[in-house]
Amino acid sequence: MKKLTLRVAEITALSPLVKRFRLIHPDGAPLPLFSGGAHITVDMPEGDLIRRNSYSLVSNPYDGAGYEIAVRREDRGRGGSLYMHTRVSEGDLLTVSAPKNLFQLDLRARKHVLIAGGIGITPFLSQLHQLDILQQPYELHYAAHSRSEAAGLTLLPDAPHIHLHISEEGSRMDLGAILDGQPLGSHVYTCGPDGLIRAVADQAARLNWPTSAIHSEAFTAPPPGEPFEVTIASTGQHLRVGADQSLLEALEAAHVPVDYSCRGGACGRCETGVSACNGQILHHDHWLSPDEQASQTKIMPCMSRFKGARLELDL
Amino acid sequence: MTRHFNTETFRGDYTYHNSPEAIRRFPFPFDQDTYTYSVNIAPHPGGPTGSTFEFAFDVDEHYVSEMQDRAITLAEDPNRCQSLPHMELAGWDLLELIMVSKARDYPDLFTLNRDGDQWHWINRPLGIEQRFTFLDPATLPYGPLEYITRQTQGDFALLHERDRNLWLDAGMITSQADWSLDFDVGMNFFEWHAPVPKARQMGVFDKALKFLLAVEQQQAYRRLNWTMTVNPRLDTSPENYHKWGPEKRSITPQNVGQKQFLRVELQTFWRLPRSNALAFPIRCYLCCLEDLCTNPEWARRLHLVLRDIDPVLADYKGFAVNQKTIVEYLAGFSCV
Amino acid sequence: MPTVEFSPSIDSRPTYAPLKSHGSAPAIMVADTAGADALLDLMASDSAVTDKAQIVLIAPASDKLARMDLMVKTPVHTTPDLDTAGPLVRQLLSTARMGTQMYLAGSEGMMGALCALATACGLPMDAIQTEHRGTAARRMQCVHCKGITEDVTTDPFECSHCGLTLFVRDHFSRRIGAFQGVCVDAETPGLIPTTQEIRP
Repeated sequence: MKKLTLRVAEITALSPLVKRFRLIHPDGAPLPLFSGGAHITVDMPEGDLIRRNSYSLVSNPYDGAGYEIAVRREDRGRGGSLYMHTRVSEGDLLTVSAPKNLFQLDLRARKHVLIAGGIGITPFLSQLHQLDILQQPYELHYAAHSRSEAAGLTLLPDAPHIHLHISEEGSRMDLGAILDGQPLGSHVYTCGPDGLIRAVADQAARLNWPTSAIHSEAFTAPPPGEPFEVTIASTGQHLRVGADQSLLEALEAAHVPVDYSCRGGACGRCETGVSACNGQILHHDHWLSPDEQASQTKIMPCMSRFKGARLELDL
Repeated sequence: MTRHFNTETFRGDYTYHNSPEAIRRFPFPFDQDTYTYSVNIAPHPGGPTGSTFEFAFDVDEHYVSEMQDRAITLAEDPNRCQSLPHMELAGWDLLELIMVSKARDYPDLFTLNRDGDQWHWINRPLGIEQRFTFLDPATLPYGPLEYITRQTQGDFALLHERDRNLWLDAGMITSQADWSLDFDVGMNFFEWHAPVPKARQMGVFDKALKFLLAVEQQQAYRRLNWTMTVNPRLDTSPENYHKWGPEKRSITPQNVGQKQFLRVELQTFWRLPRSNALAFPIRCYLCCLEDLCTNPEWARRLHLVLRDIDPVLADYKGFAVNQKTIVEYLAGFSCV
Repeated sequence: MPTVEFSPSIDSRPTYAPLKSHGSAPAIMVADTAGADALLDLMASDSAVTDKAQIVLIAPASDKLARMDLMVKTPVHTTPDLDTAGPLVRQLLSTARMGTQMYLAGSEGMMGALCALATACGLPMDAIQTEHRGTAARRMQCVHCKGITEDVTTDPFECSHCGLTLFVRDHFSRRIGAFQGVCVDAETPGLIPTTQEIRP
């Protein structure tokens, strides 16, 4: 995987919980351009461990002068966002991946309907730039609890096709009204909490939208959980996965090679076979089908955890 | 550096020829004495100086003549270049990739000056100088895909990613191994490759698709594929099959060395930045058996590969009817 | 008429399944006279399916039209052939919104042509259901002259535009809505295999 070492040029507070980081090439060289909805993966070294989280790019995809990401502080997370909020200062160097996109716009669409919940606004911020450049019709619906939490607000243009729904002010998002009667060839995209993604998918299904027109991005940082142990089938090696560590990070720390890309359970790259399982795999990914998850023969180590007596990986 | 470009034809009198240097650098595709489908992927570009892998888009002695042949094909059948409307952005991405690469790798042949979206492109071998506005198709004589691929050797497919699949939604295909872009445009990866025998059952395309979906920006890859062609013909399209088909039956023990060509496809895979589409250039290299056999190791290996190949693949690769003559010709070299 | 059973084929060849009701979703239904039976079966399985349906029958037999008229609330559109059905379907799609379902039933040629038309109008492929009824005849595109020959029942067949003798491939283009026909005697002009009925 291609890595870039970038300098933190500017850190801006967008809301009490969200900071924006602007990253530039140390020599001022232009950075690779990207497509709306793309993300980068940030390396966060801490002692022996390298934690890696993926963040959507929020800047103009056609502007290679710098990358911007917005990070929400998750006090109950496993430390990735806290690292960004407390350990990273302007002038620091960060190692990041080249941009990748698991949430691209379907440019065939006659119209794009974008639905964001909370920090889920981030991938749409780069998509809006792209849609404006390409002059494709869209509407954006952005739901947040309060104006102070709506970090994306300062980054959004004031335009008639951008709708804000602040629940604290009694303006709730009516998904039925949003989705009903959209023109043929519309696509809907959702990013935000799982509940919102499910609600949009359910509403679209009720209105008989075909699944190919429904897109979502739910990948988030890996969840913390109870520590657990795994065995590597080929070597018999036992590894302990800490509470604030993902299985993928534990494998990397033990130098067990596993391919990866998004580290958010969406891209499928780290899919790993399970050769023995006595217990319950806690699947947190969006890659394996429900049947595959139920079979307990595959695991996505970037996101998923385990509870039980024995988990042996086919590595 | 001075460079020589051959004056030669790929149809009619077929004056196509390889210099000793072109033979030396020919991308011989077999690394074993047997052939079976394989994915055989390596990072690209990257290879010894002077090799066909050295640069992103290899420019060789056939460049000018190949572009003239493409122009003839397009004049007869403009549908060899197609781009569904949502693929224009991918066309611009490809234009940028090729112009930037060629100007960097062959500064004596190509120059690109960029001032914001005002671009100035000079292609010396083809005598082209163009000022245009990037992302504004009205400032180019063709769409971006057609414009740049009229100046770049090899076929080009642009694949759109959706529903965990790749869709052949644009391309410039004038030197294909017997498939029709006009028919296949808009197909997904499995539909497009549906006529390829055996491979689906072997899981080849599932693996290939999985690989392609994982190709990321800033990291391109390549693989080699091959087939056999009678005469150095680029346009072996199904559209014109009734015109070139009879040539396939013109092979004799006397002429097989000069008329039978090994056709190697250097396929590369690129994730494009703005469109997130995949570019799939398919560069074709042709070398006749006589020239190949100037390398004794190639002669020996090609003999074994073509002698022992699965009959279904011999048929699919289009040389089953000439297999006996070819193998007997090659046997003469491997006994030495 | 018994349903045709198709032999297993390659990935580009369309497959067909019995129509399944999407309830009272807005719908456009098109059938030829053989396919009308499939629509009648669909309506019998769920009468709500006609609530917001526009129905187009191509050259229907009078008894089928009469039975259909009894099942539905809105008038059934009829057209004499596929050529006249196209503009009508296009017009119905022009006012359609997301959620609209398309049900097609009948010959492969008709369904292929209308699928191509509907997707070009923006209807997603997965909003279209197809059920094959009637003839196994194919809609073929000549790869050489690009002309379409309808209702091809033999392999090889003569292109109705350029006159080349073409063999029938299973390779199918949804964009064009047709199978591919390729010159059968390209390498050996005049050597043409015996004509056979197309195997479904």
